Amino acid sequence: MRVEFRLPSLGADMESATLTEWLKQPGEHIHRGEAIATVETTKGLIDLEAYEDGTLSELVATPGTRLPVGAVMAHLEVEGGAAPAAELNAPPPGAPAPPAQAPPPPAATVRAPQAERVRLSPAARRRAHELGIAPETLAHAAAPGAIVHLQDIERLASAPPAAANAARAAMREAIGAAMARAKREIPHYYLGQTLDFGPARAWLTQHNAQLAVGERLIEAVLLIKAVALAAARLEGFNGHWREGRFERSAAVHVGAAIAVRGGGLVAPALLDAHAKDLAALMSEFSALVTRARAGHLRSGEFTAATITLTSLGADGVDVLYPIINPPQVAIIGAGAIRDAPWAIEGRIEVRPLLTLALAADHRVTDGRLGARFLRSIAELLADPQRL
Amino acid sequence: MQNATVAEAPVSLTYRDAVREALHAALRDDPRVFLMGEDVGRYGGSYAVSKGLLETFGAERIRDTPLCESTFVGAGIGAALGGMRPIVEVMTVNFSLLALDQIVNNAATFSHMSGGQLNVPLVIRLATGAGRQLGAQHSHSLEGWYAHIPGLRIAVPATIDDARFMLAAALRLPDPVLLFEHLYLYNMQGTLTEGLEQVDLERAAIRRTGRDVTLISYGWSLHKCLAAAATLAAEGIEAEVLDLRSLRPLDEATIMASVRHTHRALIVDEGWRSGSLAAEIVTRIVEQAFYELDAPVARLCTAEVPIPYAAHLEEAALPSPARIAAATRELLVSARGP
Repeated sequence: MRVEFRLPSLGADMESATLTEWLKQPGEHIHRGEAIATVETTKGLIDLEAYEDGTLSELVATPGTRLPVGAVMAHLEVEGGAAPAAELNAPPPGAPAPPAQAPPPPAATVRAPQAERVRLSPAARRRAHELGIAPETLAHAAAPGAIVHLQDIERLASAPPAAANAARAAMREAIGAAMARAKREIPHYYLGQTLDFGPARAWLTQHNAQLAVGERLIEAVLLIKAVALAAARLEGFNGHWREGRFERSAAVHVGAAIAVRGGGLVAPALLDAHAKDLAALMSEFSALVTRARAGHLRSGEFTAATITLTSLGADGVDVLYPIINPPQVAIIGAGAIRDAPWAIEGRIEVRPLLTLALAADHRVTDGRLGARFLRSIAELLADPQRL
Repeated sequence: MQNATVAEAPVSLTYRDAVREALHAALRDDPRVFLMGEDVGRYGGSYAVSKGLLETFGAERIRDTPLCESTFVGAGIGAALGGMRPIVEVMTVNFSLLALDQIVNNAATFSHMSGGQLNVPLVIRLATGAGRQLGAQHSHSLEGWYAHIPGLRIAVPATIDDARFMLAAALRLPDPVLLFEHLYLYNMQGTLTEGLEQVDLERAAIRRTGRDVTLISYGWSLHKCLAAAATLAAEGIEAEVLDLRSLRPLDEATIMASVRHTHRALIVDEGWRSGSLAAEIVTRIVEQAFYELDAPVARLCTAEVPIPYAAHLEEAALPSPARIAAATRELLVSARGP
């Protein structure tokens, strides 16, 4: 059966994207989840994944063209669907096998026109590297198919505000649009809770002591897992608000807000975070950060998040009051973990304290449920073996 | 006219005169030197280079030979082994193929095969190139072939200075040296650089400086490149013109330094393109200066046909200043954007 592969919306604010490269060619078999094309959006380069198994039969969109969301990019032949014609041609049972035939000569491989990569002269590439200009950002500067020469790099370097900042400005605009929509449409309520991160930290220290350096966990992974488990337990925080109603999601895909080089941020999802162990989450998280900073995220990661965790702890803030990333309905902000006085059973002790802030959608939940949600996260962090 | 001391104007001479002066000086300064070849004596050389030398130095030292290249080149090798400093003239590089065995199997190998005990201090002068309607058997540029051979030194005088002084430099070396004189250059007029007494045989020379592109050539092509550079300068394109001078060894340092400066190179070679010296230079640039390149290295070579006799066809087959200028513009146009 022939199906259309359309440009998906990779965010509430996305209207279009530019196809930069086909990663698969006609005739290739594709598995669900495999990346088949790369598109340039305001959030950087994103690999588009196939929605189902099948064979790529035709490429409709040509690299370099700007496509609106929903545009047909390619056609796929997928399994299933009627195939009676083939059955009619099948030999009746017991019929002699058809005479052996020499296999047909392999069809000449016809390569689809190569995707337009940014073509830099070697000297230009080296200079760009010296100046710390990523070749991807040059796609904006160069006409399709044009070669970027040394002179272009020098020009770019001597006039940074105009050209090099174009991508940055586009991302700024995208963040602005999404956040304005959130503040306009979503009735946020905010709750904060300070918790003793001591047990989590002690457990982490002990746990990491047994691991090789490359496998050690970081505190953020405990937070992600705690948020994921709490979100899976309590209805009303995990899912999307679509067309006037809340659609809950059984799986918890935690969006992790990641600052990208040169300003701006993205919040790609760690899929099924509730069901993964900490080691798996750790390795996926570090891979995700690497890819996000390189501007190479997959489409699924962009749209899948069902709840978001954002942290400014490294920057020393005590509380982060987050804004919900539509169409999600909840977001957790984490501040810095700081040693401070803490009352325990009538005594005052110095403990590592963490303040979590929840912003949730009042159309879906009320403060009371929000408080339970925050408490649930705090309880999980107090007993980290359960993570 | 009370004061007769006027600044002495440099004497104008031809490339042919310069080579003759070089021969004259070599014969005068070293009794081991003698000249041998077809028609070099009584006829004065097929390009009149050795005219008058027989009268000055006598038949012992200016020796006419039979029309047999393998014999007289072989005799030259023998004389060199015996302590002489022979200069052998081969009428054109095409005819040198008859002496290929002597040059490649003997002259080039003796030092190596004798563990350095036997040197062959032989200089072979050959006319090379096209442009005078001499037909395919007299017009080819095969110096690139010889540049393939370890044990040989290949040098190409393209200027009056080099025509005058490269021979002495070649005679100073203990190894066989092939000097390729482009037949079109014999009539070129010029002056010697004042005070110049010797040149080296190793270094390439920048004959014109420029910032936009390096034109790499040798021999007659050098002058075509200089003409093209003058045309291009009027259009605002500053071409650097590099004279290879030595084809073996190649002066990689000078080539790479120029490419590092201009980031673009066009090689102009009267030899054919396939398997050529031009190909070798491209490769070395790519190997050693890839990250300096702002455009693919380009080549302009002779059309892959035996050099035609008909004047218009011969002209069409060879690199010309107009074609060099066009190839340079093409190399630069992509850099200036659409």
